[in-house]
Amino acid sequence: MSAERRSADVIVIGGGIHGCSTAMHCAMRGLSVILIEKDHAGRHASGVNAGGVRQLARHVAEIPLSNTSMAIWHNIAELVDDDCGFTSDGQVLVAEDEADLEGCRARVADLTLRGFHHEEMIDAKELREIVPAVSESCPGGVISRRDGAAIPLRATQAFKRKAESLGATIREGVRVTRVEQDGPNWRVVTDAGDFLAPRIVNAAGAWADRIAADLGEPVPLEVIAPMLMITAPLPAFIKPVVILRGRKLSFKQFGNGTVLIGGGHLGTPLRDQNVTLLDWRKLAISAGTVWDLFPIMRGAPIVRAWAGIEARMPDDLPVFGRSAKHDSVYHQFGFSAHGFQLGPGAGAVMAEIIATGRSNVPIDGLDIARFTTTH
Amino acid sequence: MTPIASIEQLAESYDLVVVGAGPAGLSAAARAAELGLSVLLADENPAPGGQIYRAVTTTPVRNRAILGEDYWRGADIVARFERSQAAYAPRCTVWSIGPDEAAPGSFELGLSLDGKARIIGARQVILATGAQERPFPIPGWTLPGVMTAGAAQIALKSAGAIPSGRTVIAGCGPLLYLLASQLAAAGCQIAAVLDTTPSGNWSKALGAIPDFLRSPYLAKGLKLMLTARRKLRFVSGVTSLTATGSGKLATVQFEQGGRTGTIACDTLLLHQGVIPSVNFSNAAGCAHDFDVEQHAWVPRVDAWFASTVPGIAIAGDGAGIGGAESAALRGEIAAFGAASRLGKLSEAERDRQAAPIRTELDKKLRGRRFLDLLYKPAPQFLAPPRDETIICRCEEVTAGQVRDAARRLGVTGPNQMKAFLRCGMGPCQGRLCGPTVVELIAETRGSTPAETGYYRLRPPIKPVTLAELAALPQTEASVKAVVR
Repeated sequence: MSAERRSADVIVIGGGIHGCSTAMHCAMRGLSVILIEKDHAGRHASGVNAGGVRQLARHVAEIPLSNTSMAIWHNIAELVDDDCGFTSDGQVLVAEDEADLEGCRARVADLTLRGFHHEEMIDAKELREIVPAVSESCPGGVISRRDGAAIPLRATQAFKRKAESLGATIREGVRVTRVEQDGPNWRVVTDAGDFLAPRIVNAAGAWADRIAADLGEPVPLEVIAPMLMITAPLPAFIKPVVILRGRKLSFKQFGNGTVLIGGGHLGTPLRDQNVTLLDWRKLAISAGTVWDLFPIMRGAPIVRAWAGIEARMPDDLPVFGRSAKHDSVYHQFGFSAHGFQLGPGAGAVMAEIIATGRSNVPIDGLDIARFTTTH
Repeated sequence: MTPIASIEQLAESYDLVVVGAGPAGLSAAARAAELGLSVLLADENPAPGGQIYRAVTTTPVRNRAILGEDYWRGADIVARFERSQAAYAPRCTVWSIGPDEAAPGSFELGLSLDGKARIIGARQVILATGAQERPFPIPGWTLPGVMTAGAAQIALKSAGAIPSGRTVIAGCGPLLYLLASQLAAAGCQIAAVLDTTPSGNWSKALGAIPDFLRSPYLAKGLKLMLTARRKLRFVSGVTSLTATGSGKLATVQFEQGGRTGTIACDTLLLHQGVIPSVNFSNAAGCAHDFDVEQHAWVPRVDAWFASTVPGIAIAGDGAGIGGAESAALRGEIAAFGAASRLGKLSEAERDRQAAPIRTELDKKLRGRRFLDLLYKPAPQFLAPPRDETIICRCEEVTAGQVRDAARRLGVTGPNQMKAFLRCGMGPCQGRLCGPTVVELIAETRGSTPAETGYYRLRPPIKPVTLAELAALPQTEASVKAVVR
């Protein structure tokens, strides 16, 4: 590994969990890799998200990638030499009323027809057993028992360190300014000089649209800042992660007693300044949802709130796979506030596609071409 | 002054919101109101005064000699504020600040009072959130019976309470002597004062002596020091401290010149000087620099104490340690700046009126550098050498864990350290561990605190309960904005 290395088989742009995972899996397949990150690995969405490791309630197009990832999460320590703080106590989608519950039934029935069985209906009694603190009025829900949560920055950095130990060159604090073709290679122009590779992966998260535009594939990427808040430690009262069907909420108590409240209310991102602004009136709505659902939480002190900078696509699905325009360019961005769980598996699938040209994991519907069909 | 007793009494917005009712905040609010601004002074405490003049209007300590004449000077500052037109919200916590996206150039502040929260507007903000004691982790500092010197001083001022039993005061800085004499005068049984001032500091401070000789600190400081040394058991050149006891403090052990000593005691008061309290200014996005002489992070401010965030000024010790009297003057200057930015005062008039205050401020700050250099803490009290020493009390993280993460996992800065060890993520929001984490990372990686950086802090700046937040009044626009 050399800090001065300027060319490799693959250049990965972006050091989030996706970039780091892809770099690691490429290195495992014997490819030489340079990863270029403008800040430090996991600085943005990958390091500050809620850490949910969730198969529950995913869009059908993402389920194969999510399943691949989940298998990896359950053996994560063997892969990256760090348990990444992963715990698996399940995730529960709580139905707040009968209409919610009916929607849940239809969803699970549809998944069963498609051959997916990770989501199961639970009735009010089982819901109360699993989540005793939930409000009495909730009639049931859906559980995904192998789901859980991990520590985001730690997980991302574990992938980075493992990639490095396998020979990948990680360049942090290096900003990509332009990408251009140079004979058989791609020239990645940065504020620390040029890098060359025959293949590049665009995993630049909220900044990926700029890379895509350079490559002649502009995409309608929206920069978002999903907000989260966390409480001081409370007595243990809930094990699984809880999400809702009707309202925006993601709710998780950690082993140390702190409770994470998320769910996707958005602050204001200022991506050129690496800054986000919180919107307390919207956080107050999350607080109101928790007030309704978990009376035990009402006096809890909130000690911190924050937001990451994320990319969102118009259909809330990632852009994943080979470029529609260049055979040697691969896109892996736009995870729309639910990409953390997908990182380990998406990296494995991407590396397989780069190394072998194909993968058995279906990624239909995630192609960048869905935004560029007019050409 | 208009007292605010409930959150509904707050206006929708003010020309100026001042946070903190110490000397800087009181003076800034009074002056700004005198200049015709609509002003709110919000403060967490039940009565004005801040830390240094804490409870000056309400203290049960009637014998003026105990707290000293300097303390009672605070009464004049409070009286002037009370004569002003400013609104005053005691027991009120300001927990967030951010730009008002609907009114560019203005701010939205989140406040809590009596269990209810509100968001109000401000065109200008002056943070007068003052100083905090520098964290001073030693083995055993989490034992009951060990507290900070400042906490003991608060108890004395606000409740007339003194530690019971044998008390040891340890550390360094001018406040150490002041507290020792105040506590002794109040009848506390002081077993010893253990002074950790490194002897090598004297030579480093020599160059700053000429200014110090002309400073107002000299006579006061000498008198305090001599009195303390004459009346109390005084041990100087202490290089190591350990508190021991099972379940509660029993003894303090120290090293001095290669010898070790043990003192049985019931209370140990620790103090290693004060540093600007930067949580608010940091969370507001103001730029900070590491001040090598004060050995602390200090917000970057201009001649009017305006920060790098337009509209936010920082007055008093929060903008660099200068002491109570300079804080009051800096508050006034900040108020002139705010009034001028609001167009209430021409720049020429602002300069003219502030000139005599600046002269006075220069006089008060004379000699400060000598104190900074003399009382710079020894490295072993900034970065605890023993691995088992707890440095983050909220999450029980040890010095050894931080060193290990910095060395083995390659954690390069305090923000990454948070994710690995959770230090800085507890209810104190990094106030107690921040400076120590920076020192430990810098030491392990062979860099400086300035290169290591500090926590990126986020609101709430003080904890706010879920109930307060859930009941936050909503505007129609924000309800609509949620449905994306």
